[in-house]
Amino acid sequence: MTATVPPPPVLQPGGRVLGTALDPPAPSRRGRVRSRTVAAVLLVLTVAAYLLFRTDGAADSSDAASFRFFDSVRDWVDANRDTSPFFLYGFNYVRLGVRLLVDTVHGALTGLGFAGLVAAVTAIGAVLAGWRTGLLALGGFLAFGVLGLWEESVDTLVLTLSAVLLSVLIGVPLGILAARVRWVGATLRPVLDVMQIMPTFAYLAPMTLLFLIGEPAAVIATMIYAVPATIRITALGISEVPPTAVEAATALGSTRWQLLGKVRLPMARTTIALAVNQTIMLALSMVVITALIDAPGLGQNIVNALQRVNVGAAFDAGVAIVILAVVLDRITTGAARRTRLHRPARQRRTRWIVAGAALAGVVLIALVPVRETDLPAYSFAAPVNDLVGWIELHWYDVTEGLKNGISAGVLDPLETVLVTTPWWLFVAAVAAFGTLISGWRAALIAALAAAGPAALGLWQHSMQTLATVLVAIVITMAIGVAIGVFCARHDRLATGIRPLLDAAQTMPSFVYLLPAVALFGASRFTAIVAAVIFAVPPVVRLVERGLRDVPPTVVEAALSAGSTPRQLLWKVQLPMARGGLLLAANQGIVMVLAMVVVGGLVGAGALGYDVVAGFSQRELFGQGLAAGLAIVLLGILLDRLTQGFHHSKRPRG
Amino acid sequence: MTPMIEIAALWKVFGPRADRVVGTPLADLPRAELRARTGCLAAVRDVSFDVRPGEVFVVMGLSGSGKSTLVRCLTRLIEPTSGDISIGGESVRAMNPKRLRELRRRQVAMVFQHFGLLPHRSVLDNVAYGLEIQGRSRAERHRRAAETLALVGLQEHEHQYPDQLSGGMQQRVGLARALATDPEVLLFDEPFSALDPLIRRDMQDEVRRLHAEVGKTLVFITHDLAEALTLGDRIAVLRDGELVQVGTPEDLVGAPADSYVADFVRDVPRSDVLTLRWIMRDPAPGELCEDEPLSHRTVIRDAVHRVLRAERPIAVVDGTERLGVIDADQLLPALISHHRQVPV
Amino acid sequence: MRSIRTAAAVALIATLTACGGATSGAGEDKPSAGAKGTVNLAINPWVGYEANAAVIAHLLEKKMGYTVEKKELKEEIAWQGFETGEVDTIVENWGHPDLKKTYIEDKKVAVDVGPTGNQGVIGWYVPQWMADKYPDITDWKNLNKYADLFKTSESKGKGQFLAGDPSFVTNDEALVSNLKLNYTVVYSGSEAAIIKAAQQASAQKKPLLFYFYEPQWLFAKEKYVRVKLPEYKEGCDADLKKVACDYPDYVLDKIASKKFADGNSTAYQLVKNFTWTNDDQNLVSDYITNQGMSDEKAAEKWVNEHEATWKPWIPAGS
Ligand SMILES: Nc1ncnc2c1ncn2[C@@H]1O[C@H](COP(=O)(O)OP(=O)(O)OP(=O)(O)O)[C@@H](O)[C@H]1O
Ligand SMILES: [Mg+2]
Repeated sequence: MTATVPPPPVLQPGGRVLGTALDPPAPSRRGRVRSRTVAAVLLVLTVAAYLLFRTDGAADSSDAASFRFFDSVRDWVDANRDTSPFFLYGFNYVRLGVRLLVDTVHGALTGLGFAGLVAAVTAIGAVLAGWRTGLLALGGFLAFGVLGLWEESVDTLVLTLSAVLLSVLIGVPLGILAARVRWVGATLRPVLDVMQIMPTFAYLAPMTLLFLIGEPAAVIATMIYAVPATIRITALGISEVPPTAVEAATALGSTRWQLLGKVRLPMARTTIALAVNQTIMLALSMVVITALIDAPGLGQNIVNALQRVNVGAAFDAGVAIVILAVVLDRITTGAARRTRLHRPARQRRTRWIVAGAALAGVVLIALVPVRETDLPAYSFAAPVNDLVGWIELHWYDVTEGLKNGISAGVLDPLETVLVTTPWWLFVAAVAAFGTLISGWRAALIAALAAAGPAALGLWQHSMQTLATVLVAIVITMAIGVAIGVFCARHDRLATGIRPLLDAAQTMPSFVYLLPAVALFGASRFTAIVAAVIFAVPPVVRLVERGLRDVPPTVVEAALSAGSTPRQLLWKVQLPMARGGLLLAANQGIVMVLAMVVVGGLVGAGALGYDVVAGFSQRELFGQGLAAGLAIVLLGILLDRLTQGFHHSKRPRG
Repeated sequence: MTPMIEIAALWKVFGPRADRVVGTPLADLPRAELRARTGCLAAVRDVSFDVRPGEVFVVMGLSGSGKSTLVRCLTRLIEPTSGDISIGGESVRAMNPKRLRELRRRQVAMVFQHFGLLPHRSVLDNVAYGLEIQGRSRAERHRRAAETLALVGLQEHEHQYPDQLSGGMQQRVGLARALATDPEVLLFDEPFSALDPLIRRDMQDEVRRLHAEVGKTLVFITHDLAEALTLGDRIAVLRDGELVQVGTPEDLVGAPADSYVADFVRDVPRSDVLTLRWIMRDPAPGELCEDEPLSHRTVIRDAVHRVLRAERPIAVVDGTERLGVIDADQLLPALISHHRQVPV
Repeated sequence: MRSIRTAAAVALIATLTACGGATSGAGEDKPSAGAKGTVNLAINPWVGYEANAAVIAHLLEKKMGYTVEKKELKEEIAWQGFETGEVDTIVENWGHPDLKKTYIEDKKVAVDVGPTGNQGVIGWYVPQWMADKYPDITDWKNLNKYADLFKTSESKGKGQFLAGDPSFVTNDEALVSNLKLNYTVVYSGSEAAIIKAAQQASAQKKPLLFYFYEPQWLFAKEKYVRVKLPEYKEGCDADLKKVACDYPDYVLDKIASKKFADGNSTAYQLVKNFTWTNDDQNLVSDYITNQGMSDEKAAEKWVNEHEATWKPWIPAGS
């Protein structure tokens, strides 16, 4: 039936839109054999070149030209912030406008008062997504009060909503344009790619440079983080509108705007609602991180707890964030689902009545003089801290052993090799292997990105970060694939684990640092652990999906040929799910990089540390900015290399 | 009588630099070769025909022969590469966007193979869509839409949504939507090929009925010969974008222009389509006939009864003029054989 | 308050559009310095600072009727806050001559409000047991001899020097390289992490060489010995990349935004009058860190017990 709405698009975490690239045809056998030989030869060459030309891995200078350049940019901005027309008529206005938006949203939410806001959220949940969600919202928002985090939660909500508003205002029109105007789409694609690989951490410093610290900078940074998802998913929704409907409407004489307003937008509304949902989730996780540039809210509690290594305090804030995430998620997915239902006019009318009644109720309740402080208080801090203390005490040898083992056994040797590789050899290797894996175009971009850190004067640090990322991704993939395979084979387990994965994915990356720090102290391994926890859920998802997408007919055929379950897995399912696995690796790498960099806050050193130091020490600003750039380049490098895997669909040979 | 639709030397070429093909020697190449040489695909090649007011004009051809392209060129849903189209005496290709929209809004409506209904609108609002974009008031368009829905027998379903209806019902909605703006011309692009045979027959009856009731000019695309024969006043056959033959159903069956058309009509029971004109013979000198003559328009099948009962041949007349005679000797081969039987 | 600000911002945008561009401070002037308004207090990430801030906040809120907004900010970012209006005052500043030059002399958005009374010491420390066991370890010249003791998973085969938060005042990387020490500087990321490591080093007799400072409550509980670096001489730390001498002693002071100072509210006067000893601070820090008290509780307890100390800070007529 053509007249039904298409099923919702498949979204990668982070709002990337997944095409149908899940199962590329296997390359022909001859081609595979040949590329294997080439790969082997290349490998030998690389190793030989390394042995011949290896350097002593001299430390990066702390005074590279790029640092001085960025420093001078900063000085110029500082000196001209109140005189240059760029700022007088540009950035400062943007800041002022965003400030106005934030204040308005804040005024609206706090104007309702505690009781009013709780009632409003409950009513919105109930009207948009059903009474169950309404109850969930009620419980969730009351919990903020119980946890003693009411104001912080509201602040976080305010920033999130402001950023989402901006993202929707900017992203939806851009998404429509991208879907409708070819050159806009073509121009936006690489820009969005970069924006999505860019670790959140890397653009905090530039934000403070342009917009100073505070809420406006935080909202803009958040918007930058979230808007690619808005644009992409909106564009997807618009371009998926069935051409037959558009043609029919055109044949009746619709103008362009009528087509947009009466056909395309309404038919894409489910997808657009999903875009909003994704935008909200992304914004929430970013808002928490912007605490580093003085955004108020729950992020402050987390930063604070990190500074005091107080897992318990962070736990409360973490719980509040998860609650907020779940409530917002349920309301928006519920609303999105409802857009797919058709309601007869009569029922629609009753909904207006219900909404009106709810509004009246909210206003009434807002007048009730209840405050969040009237609620009973509860905090997880003490029990959690006790637990952490107990683990520290009793597991010390285990955690320490694990940390030292992996650091000395895997991380250090890898780091040494990477650091002592001359940069040109690295670039050449990237170019060669890149061409082999993903074609020359991707390889060229990757090679340029690989040369970047050397040019920035951050070779050492980049290679150290890369080593940490590589170790983390290997662990992530090992765990992720194992769980994914398990889930794909045991339905019961899969349903059991799904809510856990859901919750894990709504949690901002920042939160994962805490348990890792508590267990492993300040070290690179901490960052690895945090990165693994952060990246495993989406990997599990993608792997499971890849396996489940293997056509049942193929599985049937293999079974009827007498395969054992194990043979089925290794000989049929895994090879056929190759696309899904590689996609998972690609996605995992991007996430791992983001997290490893944040690990700079807790002793993971290298680029992440440079960034942190960059916005905490004036002399290091330039280096921090350069490090941010190097991180972005690393991201592009890794992404291009691995994305090639599942994009190279045509058989080679 | 001036034609409702006139098409002259119409070309549609898809592909890079399509405008460089028409009028050059390239245009004479067969489709496949043109494609190999230039990467262009000539979907419609030099097509000309007229459609008279009130006529049901059927365009037929195999899949890929360019039928959909042709019919979309009529209202420039697909921009033609060259040639002339006029509807109601006005050149369509000369129209500016505004005038073109007016044409689509008021004069020509279309019904699509895959319905093209808007899933987010109720049946009533789907039908009212054309009026809505013309800026008619809500009350007026709903009244008119309800009337049209009644015409196609869907008055009970106004408030349902397209995906709650069966395929046949959905296409009735499509039909009602096209009728709602009261256009002079209706274009149908394989409207019933997604429906199962029984429903299809129903819908064909419906179209016939509507045509009788509202008397519009219909251009009807199909690849189903039976459908073409039952509906069409005249039928045009397309092959690889070219017009092979235009004629009445019996022209096609009785005198296929080439083997492509002949293949098409091979399985048609000839006695159902051909009239006596196609099988009569000249009377032998002094031959005596039955008293009642038969009209030359009589379809063979309908004459069987009388001819076989008759003791003498029967005269075939056009009005009072006697054209020939017929007896069982002519009739029987026509009834039995599916083979070509070209009139002498 | 927000609504006032919103209205002000609307008006601002309107007027600015009419008559020229927006400066960086535009739209940020909250009624902070007004009578009984809000005071924006920066909170830098170490517990000693928190102690100062807690007591000042307590006095402002409970004794003088102000509202205090605490902002968790690293040092440099807090200074930036003077420019944007996000921050009214910093109540424990460690030196930062460069920032003083930028924000006080050049931009004129901040002013020095005088010392806190605390003496600041920054240095390199080892736990007492190491000084006992290896008496000559307290001289930097011998550090290379013991580098092996300090090896960890993070130190790349050299000895580990544990530093704190990257935002702290440090010359450690320059010192290590300029003194040719066979050490790697590893950042623990926070004061809390150093303290934890230091406590473990004492309790479990693990080797540790680390960055530390006074005032610091931990010194009241455990003994740590300062390693002698080449003596500090005026100007030897002028070029941060070439530093090869010990840290100077710091007179910790308070900084306020120009606007806050010019308003000369009683809040500003309190900040100006505030001065106490290292012992005072360590006491409050100890309450916060080890007695499980919140900042507010700790300040309240101290204020209740030390009326004689804080009474003189409260400006007349408030
Ligand atoms: N937009 C287009 N771009 C390029 N080629 C096209 C385009 N639309 C149609 N064609 C080609 O033009 C030819 C005619 O297509 P058309 O859809 O008109 O055929 P049809 O007779 O309607 O076939 P069917 O019965 O399958 O609907 C086909 O070969 C088709 O591949
Ligand atoms: Mg067609």
